Amino acid sequence: MNVIDQEKVQYELEKFLNKDVYIHIETTNGAYASHHNEKAFNVGVFMRNAKVRYNQAKIVGNPTSYRVGLKTENGWIYAEGVREYEIDEEGHLLIAGHDQEGRLLVTLEISENPFVN
Amino acid sequence: MEKHVVVILPHPDDEAFGAAGTIARFREEGVPVTYLCGTLGEMGRNMGNPTFATRETLPKIRKEELIAACKVLDIELNMLGYRDKTLEFEAREEVAKDLLARLEKIEPSLVITHYPDHAVHPDHNAFGAAAIEAVRLMDAEKRPKVWAQAITNTRVEDIGEADISIDITPFFEKKLATIMAHTSQASGVLGSINQVAADMEEIVKKNLSVEQFYTWNFNK
Repeated sequence: MNVIDQEKVQYELEKFLNKDVYIHIETTNGAYASHHNEKAFNVGVFMRNAKVRYNQAKIVGNPTSYRVGLKTENGWIYAEGVREYEIDEEGHLLIAGHDQEGRLLVTLEISENPFVN
Repeated sequence: MEKHVVVILPHPDDEAFGAAGTIARFREEGVPVTYLCGTLGEMGRNMGNPTFATRETLPKIRKEELIAACKVLDIELNMLGYRDKTLEFEAREEVAKDLLARLEKIEPSLVITHYPDHAVHPDHNAFGAAAIEAVRLMDAEKRPKVWAQAITNTRVEDIGEADISIDITPFFEKKLATIMAHTSQASGVLGSINQVAADMEEIVKKNLSVEQFYTWNFNK
């Protein structure tokens, strides 16, 4: 993945405006968080292949932590703490934030076709 | 001597960290070993360090790593096609039936799996419970032994000491090679196990040189 270029990501987000798209959204601190540190608390959520249309999209923030918000027909989708992005071979827009050891903390992915694997 | 050993664990790398030394010992004795691996670890959060995987490429990468690890161990691999982090939400009896059909074909003398409720990760607990249920459904005379692995921090106070303890030092190199085959996970998992030791070999020697199991009692 590449370090986020705000303008480029903004452009990529807008490519999906007013289209039916599939979203993968996820955040996690891992299934072992409280195993390795009893003061920690396991949290995580993921939703894969949620079909939505959004009519407004914005990436804001700075290189240490960007936020992405998508305004949908009936509500909002939001991800915080993203720093990397990639357009993969299938044309998915992948946006993610990792910790210093390269572990995924948060990701938001957008595709015109359902994610398959 | 065992006739055939079946390892039932949900994630690519569970076999490496938990049972690679024991598996290597069985293979040295000439015992066939089959790994029924539940998922492709699609939701793993270790993406390599530095990061080289994405959420979308991870399943393919972990599949290749799994195949490589099973080559290191010289074992048969069956990928069961469940999805990472969802095993506890599957119908337990359906997963058990799937495992039962596979076990009836292989007719193992020993099954290695996770100890339900003492295996930390929800997939470990759920898949271990399904594996034990599958074995329970077999005719008592055809039933393989089950060795269950508990990894909770409270396991000894909760369920006592494991009755099987295998010093895998003679197979240490093979275990390390198996772990390292899981490139995307190796450094992340080892770093979580021991954040002080920098050297992988040192971490594995210090923390992973004994593999312990509880013989499951089907009569209790």
